[in-house]
Amino acid sequence: MTLDSNAFDSNNENIQARKHWMSVLARAEASQLEQALSELEAAPKYMHLRPPEIGMAMVRGRADAKGDRFNLGEMTISRCSIRLEDGLVGHGYVTGRNKRHAELAALFDAMLQAPGNGPVLTESVIEPLHAIQVEKRQTDSAKTAATKVNFFTMVRGED
Amino acid sequence: MYVAVKGGEKAIENAHRLMAEERRGDLAVPELSVEQILQQMRLAVDRVMSEGSLYDPELAALAIKQSRGDLVEAIFLLRAYRTTLPRLYTTEPVDTTAMHVRRRISATFKDIPGGQMLGPTFDYTHRLLDFKLAAESSVEPAAHDEQVGDNGIARVMDLLESEGLVEDVVVDDDDPVGDITRDPMTFPADRDLRLQNLARGDEGFLLALGYSSQRGFGDNHPFAGEIRMGEVAVSIAPEELGFEIEIGDITLSECEMVTSFKGSKSELPRFTRGYGLSFGYNERKVMAMSLVDRALQARELGEEIEAPAQDEEFVLYHSDNVEAQGFVQHLKLPHYVDFQADLVMVRGMREEILKKQQADNSEEAA
Repeated sequence: MTLDSNAFDSNNENIQARKHWMSVLARAEASQLEQALSELEAAPKYMHLRPPEIGMAMVRGRADAKGDRFNLGEMTISRCSIRLEDGLVGHGYVTGRNKRHAELAALFDAMLQAPGNGPVLTESVIEPLHAIQVEKRQTDSAKTAATKVNFFTMVRGED
Repeated sequence: MYVAVKGGEKAIENAHRLMAEERRGDLAVPELSVEQILQQMRLAVDRVMSEGSLYDPELAALAIKQSRGDLVEAIFLLRAYRTTLPRLYTTEPVDTTAMHVRRRISATFKDIPGGQMLGPTFDYTHRLLDFKLAAESSVEPAAHDEQVGDNGIARVMDLLESEGLVEDVVVDDDDPVGDITRDPMTFPADRDLRLQNLARGDEGFLLALGYSSQRGFGDNHPFAGEIRMGEVAVSIAPEELGFEIEIGDITLSECEMVTSFKGSKSELPRFTRGYGLSFGYNERKVMAMSLVDRALQARELGEEIEAPAQDEEFVLYHSDNVEAQGFVQHLKLPHYVDFQADLVMVRGMREEILKKQQADNSEEAA
């Protein structure tokens, strides 16, 4: 199977933008993407280049955190590739076993590459989802920060 | 050797039905949902993922429900499921320095850059049964402190490393990475194979070995340099994309143990390291793992191999609880022919000895 990579991929700035939205799509809930899709004016038509499938990725670590690589264990992942009617190709890769999540991620990945519609979708879908993800992180960090130990040092002549 | 037996199908089917009924328990009590296990038995879920060697919290929770809370059985179920899926990718090595930390402590330095954050822990509790939990509990919401540090907290070991007080970390990314799920274990085993084996190894086994090394069977003299738990991003680089992307986050626990120092005529004394890494929140596991990892470096560090924890064949061949439970529990399977053979032999030997004794006795009497 050949999965055409779009001309889009050649530009470094575009790759950075695409990496960002792909990670946001992967971290979103499938239900959030389903909701975003239903809010579009017209549902996009597409075909599968690679139907949604479940598999695994071997997760690697490094000895002593930054030394030689080793295989830690596997994780479940899902992936899907689609082509829109206009020819744009989208890929979705997500953790877990939700095939629909991978399909939706692929669909949005393709739509986000459209020169006209892409930036609109970034604004209306990606940034709000990203904001939710950042906020969740910040809440976790705030809870963790409240468990920070503040030692006081007894004066002993020297530290 | 055990032999195939015929018959018993009805009894087996009924035994499984009985087991299913007992798993469900009293029908007047609401059924436990997989989501409840996932939310409220999370540390069991994490252990099953770690030793099942498959990160998938929903599946681990389902396995726990199916196994009635028998975690080794649940681990077995997850391992079996794992064999049904193709491996599509190998991830980039996870960057635990960039971890979104939810717990981070050091027992070696009081003041560390980024601070000590206890996170959700049983440490410092009194280990008194909380009878309030026997009734429905109302939880006080966690405290928030908006003085949040950045992700990517400096590592405690780096402080020691910058002074040359600890062994340097060696990186060779051209070196192929061994995989015990694809190739049989061979000895001497390199550290990549050992760490993979320990990461999926039985927590109880590693705990006992780590403990034995502390008690003097292969003395490590360890300190917990840094313990972390939190989320790390997982990245893959699919061929069709040609660049690396993040596909989500997983929770990991990590322990870096600072262990006994050594020096020689040519080298100044310095500390050595032990490393533990695990899926989920498995602090005891990664601490034990780091002790055993250090003990297993005996060969490379030129130490005398005297204790079980230092013996890589002993440790690596017996750490896997799926294999261990299989071999121990296979003793339940019909061994009728084997045993029959032993029975005939023992009876024969007894007869021979008794005959000889009788003959001796009659000679003495004569």
